[in-house]
Formats: sequence, C-alpha cells, structure tokens
Amino acid sequence: MSEIDARLQTAPLPGPVAPRATPARSPGAALVTLREVGIRRSGRWLVRGVDFSVSRGEIVTLIGPNGSGKSTTAKTAIGVLKPDEGRVEKAGGLKVGYVPQKLAIDWTLPLTVERLMTLTGPLKSAEIAEALSSTGILHLARAEVQHLSGGEFQRALLARAIARRPDLLVLDEPVQGVDFSGEIALYDLIKTIRDRTGCGILLISHDLHVVMAETDTVICLNGHVCCRGTPQAVSQSPEYQRLFGVKAAQTLAVYNHDHDHTHLPDGRVLHADGSLTDHCHPEDGHHAGDHHPGSHHPGSHPPGSDRAQDTAAAAHVHDENCGCGHSQVRLKRLEPGKRDRA
Amino acid sequence: MLDDFFIRALIAGVGLAITVGPLGCFVVWRRMAYFGDTMAHSALLGVALSLLLDLNLMVSVFLVAAMVSLLLLALQKRGGLSTDALLGILSHSSLSIGLVIVAFMTWVRIDLVGFLFGDILAVSEADIDLVWGGGILVLMALVMLWRPLLASTVNPEIAEAEGLNPERSRLLFMLLMALVIAIAMKIVGILLITSLLIIPAATARRFAASPEIMAVFASLIGAVSVVGGLFGSLHFDTPSGPSIVVAALVIFVLSLLPIGKRGREGTPFSPPGGHH
Repeated sequence: MSEIDARLQTAPLPGPVAPRATPARSPGAALVTLREVGIRRSGRWLVRGVDFSVSRGEIVTLIGPNGSGKSTTAKTAIGVLKPDEGRVEKAGGLKVGYVPQKLAIDWTLPLTVERLMTLTGPLKSAEIAEALSSTGILHLARAEVQHLSGGEFQRALLARAIARRPDLLVLDEPVQGVDFSGEIALYDLIKTIRDRTGCGILLISHDLHVVMAETDTVICLNGHVCCRGTPQAVSQSPEYQRLFGVKAAQTLAVYNHDHDHTHLPDGRVLHADGSLTDHCHPEDGHHAGDHHPGSHHPGSHPPGSDRAQDTAAAAHVHDENCGCGHSQVRLKRLEPGKRDRA
Repeated sequence: MLDDFFIRALIAGVGLAITVGPLGCFVVWRRMAYFGDTMAHSALLGVALSLLLDLNLMVSVFLVAAMVSLLLLALQKRGGLSTDALLGILSHSSLSIGLVIVAFMTWVRIDLVGFLFGDILAVSEADIDLVWGGGILVLMALVMLWRPLLASTVNPEIAEAEGLNPERSRLLFMLLMALVIAIAMKIVGILLITSLLIIPAATARRFAASPEIMAVFASLIGAVSVVGGLFGSLHFDTPSGPSIVVAALVIFVLSLLPIGKRGREGTPFSPPGGHH
C-alpha cells in the first residue's frame, strides 16, 4: 500500500515539471501534457478544457460514457488529432505504442501476426517472440490476422504496441472482446510492462466504472474532465474482494461516480437543474457527495465519518469550482457492493 | 523469327508489369481501384492539354493526374460528398473536358483509340528507356516508402502515433500512381491501366503469405500476362492491349480453380462421421 501511495497523484496538474525538452527517458518526467485542450468538429466541441499529463511509470485511465471524448482525447495526446484550442506538450524523442479502438484489416492484405509486429519499425525475432508469449499468442505467430478472434486480435495489437518498447503506451479499450479471466491477465500484463519498462500508460477503459486497480489516476471525461482520482481504496475494500474474488480485486477496481448532466443525442447538454446548454463547460462537475481537493490518501479518512463511508467507494478528487447539484444520471454497475456498505 | 517491334513490345510490357505489380497491391489493399481509374481517365485531359499548350505528352499526363489526385484530397478534407461520388465527378468530367478540348482543336487529329486502349506494338527504343528508367525510379521510391505506406494502409492512426507520417506516404503514393499512369498510357491505354494494376494483384493474393511476397507475385503474374497477351494477339490477330488484359483475367480465373489449393482452406475435408 505504501508503494502505491507513493505513486498517488491526485492533483489535477502535474506542476511545472514538464518542460518541452525533457527527454522521454528520464525517470518521472512528464511524457505528454495536455493543457486546456479542446477539439471542435462541425461547430461543436467534442472535448474542451482537458488538462492532464502522463508521466513515466504512471498509469492514467480515461473513463466516461459513450461520446464523452475518450478516444478523441487519447488521439490528441499522441498527435493523431490536432487541438483546436490549448496545446499538447510532448517530451523530446517520445516513442509511442498505440492500440486503436477499432482496426479493420482488409482481407486482401496478407498479414500474419508475426508480420504485424514489425509494422512500424524493425524488431529482432526474439523481441517479437517475447511480446507474443507475454500476451499468450505465441502459437498464433504465423496465423493471418484476419482469422483471429476478437480477443486474439486485441492481444496481437497489444503485443505489437509493447514489442517496440515505447515510452508511452496508449491503449484504447485494449481488453474489448477479451473474456473476463483474459481481461485480468492482460491488466496484469499491462502492470508488469509498466513495472519492468517504466513506460507511461494512457488507458481507455471500456467500462464506465471498472478500471485497472493499478491505475494511478482515473480521469472521468464527459466532454471535459469531470473528476479525477485514484481507484486503490475501492479495490482494497473487503466488500469488493468478496464480490469479485481476491485475484480480481488485485486487478480491477470500481470507480464510483455520478454525473450531474446528460449529453443529449443532438449534442446539447441537459444539466441537473433542468437547464440546457449547447455543450458542457469545463467547470461542470458531475456528482454528488464528497469534495476533497488535494486529498492524497483517499482511503485514510477517519473511519466512522459519513464522508469516509462514501470515500471508500468514490476515491477521487473533484474538479474545483464544482458546486454541482446532485446526480441525475446514475450509470452504475456493482450496485450490490455499494449497497452493502451503505 | 520475331519482329523487332514485337521484341520491343515484350520488353516494354514486361517492364511496365513489373513496375505496376507492387503499386497495384496497394491499390487493392487501400481499396483505391476507382481512384486509379479516375487518375487514368484524367490522362485524356493531359493529352488534350499537351496538344493545346505544346507540352511533352508524358509530363502533361503526369501533371494532370497529380493535380486530380490533389484536388480529390482537398475535396475529401472539405467533407460533404462521399469519396465515391467525388471520384465519379472527377473521373468523367476530366475525361469529357479532355475530349471537348480536343474537339475544339479542329487542326489536330488524334488517334483516340490509341490513347484509350494503348498501342504497345508502336513503342520505340526511347519508350523502352522511359518505361524501364521510370519503372526503376518508381520501384526504388516504393521500397523506401514501403514501411510507412504499409503501416498507414493498415491504420493511418497507428502510423501517425508512431511517427510515420501517413499524409506524406499517401501524397507520395499518389504521385507514384500519376507517374505510372503517364508511363503506362501509351502501352495499355487509359481505359485498361487499372486492370493491369488490379488483376495481377488480386491473383497474387491467394498465393501470398506476406505483403512483400504478394507484391513480387503481382509483378511476376503481370509479366506473364503481358507475354501471354502479346503472343495471343500475334496468334489470333487481336488488339494487343485488350489481349494482355484478357490474359491477366485468364490467369486470375485459373487461380480461382481449386487445383492445388492451399492456405485459406488448407485443412482437408473430412466427411461427417469420418473420424472416430
């Protein structure tokens, strides 16, 4: 726990430790920093005021409902999309490994798993074999990628991204289509990669409430950064371990949060007070309950206090100036765990 | 004995087939068949402009094909109409503008059929130099461009994220296509260039285990098509350009036959209940 605590970073900004010229290899350096980034398409802001950084050895997980701008944010962080406002600062010589959310390879392209590994750069055959066996698909090295199942293909994409030993690994829903035990194995692998290579990891979770327990910072997006925090406390809780088993609890964590506004199909935003706006604002918050700016030990609140009860589940720090009302939209999984505690 | 013109046709045709094989693979992989057609059709506008402005024919065709591909990029960026519709507009309007310009120039008579279907039996030694010189240039460029182009074909976002600049790859690929069309026009003609790009590549797919092998096979299959087509045209007294395409088609159809089939459906068929 102390090791984890040492890594906790709940402050919304990394502070002035990210000069542009910082080499991507120096320990603890910010690899990529987004400053008030906004992406605008067809007159509408997909995301706005997004502000975070990923440092070496840090795992940052983006969560949020459909259309909340998770992929857009990740693509902006790695330069696939150019921000329409704000800026993205990358460490010098940054080497990125990217697993996109969607990837369809035309049948006419004969591509084996092995050949896919060297798509963007040369690798030694030992490096290829190591990456493939760590994702559990060494036996598929000579299979054509079009013949893989969804889960196998995800593993192949992950293997490709890690084989090139990136400074920053960006994984857009890397465990989609992977069964539950495989999901835990892959999250274990992601943790191992971070521990071994010290790379920074930007992860997009396909589940709104379940994130990898090793995540240092969870960032909830809803067109802007709703809140951020750590999921550790939750995964340590006995209720959670009872629910998912100890092994799963070491790997997955629940990140409880509620939204105070809903993004309507036409792009407008319905707020908790019933008002409508064209898009949401950076200062929109998103949930009921606690407010702990600067809290570095979300699990260590005095037991017995009302707040600590809640904090165990919702170990995160709110956007400042939140002042938002109570939740209107409760998208919740794992209700039983929550109810047990209440 | 074979006549000199026939030998020249063989040399030029084989050189062209080897050049277009790998490019044709990318056209197939990137689903750009219609795009290739559009660039080829715009070549007639290039022909008309070369006559009107007294430019070198090949330079003019290259420039027009390159302009059309850049125009397509710009229109795609702008959004709105689908690429399919944009290609339809560009393809037939450039062809028609070319024909209209030619019609206005009452003082020139051009061999339209020659431009549409090619005249490989009329290639000169200078043409051979051009085909092989240009072909080597195109293939060398493609070898240098191979990794970023293949990566951006698989997924432009991965290529961009991992520092391979897919936009540049795409632009260079289009310029290579324009160059090949300028070279190929005289040999197989505007209407048949795309078939030489696509049919050998499609045939090669079944036998290839990697993109690189498929590119080499496409070149070889194209070369065999040229040789077969030319001898066929000599034997049956048929037009040479279309004969080459027919030969390529025959090889493609043969490749579909289940003789010696391997790879995809490689596992032997076992009758129901045949295994215990």
